[in-house]
Amino acid sequence: MQRPWAFLRSSWPWRSLAYLLVGAPLGAIPLGVFAAAYRYGVVVGLTAGIVAAMLLGPLVARFERTRLRLVDRVPVPSPGPRPPLTTRLRDPVTWREYGFILISMLTLWILDLALVLTSAWVPLILMSGPFQPGVDPRSGLPLALLGVALLPLAAYPTTAWAGARAMIARAVFAPGEAEIIRSRARLVDAFENERRRIERDLHDGAQQRLVSLTMKLGLARLDLAPGSPAEAQIAEAHEEAKQALAELRELIRGVHPQVLTNRGLAAAVQDVAGRSPVPVRVDIDLAARLPVTVEVVAYYVVCEALTNVARHSGACRSSVRARHRDGALHLEIDDDGRGGAVPGTGLAGLADRVSVVDGVMKLSSPQGGPTSLQVEIPCPVSA
Amino acid sequence: MSGLRVVLAEDVVLLREGLVGLLERFGHEVAAAVGDADALLAAVAEHEPDIVVADVRMPPGFTDEGLRAALTLRARRPGFPVLVLSQYVEQTYAAELLDEGAGAGVGYLLKDRIGDVKDFVEALERVAAGHTVIDPEVVRQLLSRRRDPISRLTPREREVLGLIAEGRSNAAIARRLTVTEAAVSKHIAAILTKLDLPPAEDDHRRVLAVLAYLRA
Repeated sequence: MQRPWAFLRSSWPWRSLAYLLVGAPLGAIPLGVFAAAYRYGVVVGLTAGIVAAMLLGPLVARFERTRLRLVDRVPVPSPGPRPPLTTRLRDPVTWREYGFILISMLTLWILDLALVLTSAWVPLILMSGPFQPGVDPRSGLPLALLGVALLPLAAYPTTAWAGARAMIARAVFAPGEAEIIRSRARLVDAFENERRRIERDLHDGAQQRLVSLTMKLGLARLDLAPGSPAEAQIAEAHEEAKQALAELRELIRGVHPQVLTNRGLAAAVQDVAGRSPVPVRVDIDLAARLPVTVEVVAYYVVCEALTNVARHSGACRSSVRARHRDGALHLEIDDDGRGGAVPGTGLAGLADRVSVVDGVMKLSSPQGGPTSLQVEIPCPVSA
Repeated sequence: MSGLRVVLAEDVVLLREGLVGLLERFGHEVAAAVGDADALLAAVAEHEPDIVVADVRMPPGFTDEGLRAALTLRARRPGFPVLVLSQYVEQTYAAELLDEGAGAGVGYLLKDRIGDVKDFVEALERVAAGHTVIDPEVVRQLLSRRRDPISRLTPREREVLGLIAEGRSNAAIARRLTVTEAAVSKHIAAILTKLDLPPAEDDHRRVLAVLAYLRA
């Protein structure tokens, strides 16, 4: 702690103390259950315990969430409308919450109390000096003052434990980091599937109709006298339909490249390279197809990188290299341009996509060039 | 050229019917019009057509069934004319098609080209006659590359090579570039020399030049 006084003057020690102490009443629940078992027998006690857990569980969960606000500025997202019981029973989150609540009721409140008491034990004993039997109040006074002086020290273990406990509670009641990344990966998969569906729909629908339309207009032109007003009109419509078809084709290619699905990364990159205004040397040597998600991410990396090369680098040539070794796809895109590339929105977006598949992206682009973009994506298939 | 017997494979009914009408209007006979690759192979065995027109993407997988069927047909009968149509052209597919039987009697066009009905039918007839027709879009992509051995060609020679790849005759190239046919012949001779193509029957060498171009 850099500024001890600032910490001690802040609200955190008090918040932590409150956070730990408000849990004490929870102890009444298991104590009640134990009392019931002692008095009416184990069966009644067990039944009371299960009923209490079922009925009070959600309340305790809400209490734990609310209580977190004392030491955690970021609110735990509320669980939202409660799904039906059968859904909840199948959800591992429900069971994790119940587990935590049980531990909280049975042991955590004791630990919380014990820690607060132990931290403050020595100062409290010292402070009680003047009131101990057989101690002269006047000679006990310095001890009491020493106790008061030492009391702030109790703030440190209390706050530390409160922080640790809050972290555990947060991990239970709010989805952890790992889970967020997994759900992002699922989202990316869902997006990719959706893009494929859109591509299929456009391909089977609008595109075919436009082809048919241009064909009919082309046939109609044959029947009209060249140079007649009707022919001029039809000719114009024909050109516009062809233009629309060309634009739609480019759009669909951007949505999802069919050749990637059919022929894999090497072929798809070869085709992207073929459309690049800057000559691209493609050197992709992969023995087998990679997992679809990896292929798609790698493909978009190459597309974005080559777009950047064409737009900003002023390069005369560039190259794309891909290999699979040590359980990962290694992708490298180089150019001989002027360098100085900064991770703008395009590159940042790429880094996001790459991180979703647990990959890493490295950019080296000194002023004056050359620029090199390296991406490493783990993929288990020994390609 | 007239009276070609055509087998057509296209899964979208609207387009299949349209193509049948188009081909018949230009005096060709559609022996069979089918909707998937298996039916295509069966129809070719039954009707023995002069040329097959096939969509790349067909049921059941909607990936490249039409292309594979075309390759199968050419593997069974080398030089069998096929015109493959696609919503987008890919160099990879063009190269695969041209590899089978050195590219003679192969056409690979964007579906967009159907709209220019006369050009489309002419392309079909050229393919049926054993020529190679590659979509200008593929050619344009290839032209943008500056690599060996294509890099040894002058811009004019590259332009001529592009037009050869589109399946144009010397006369058509001369008209397009507004030069004499003799000048075109001279360019072509220079191209063939620069690409180290051995002297052979003229048409075949032209196909080889296109192949060198695609593989460059």
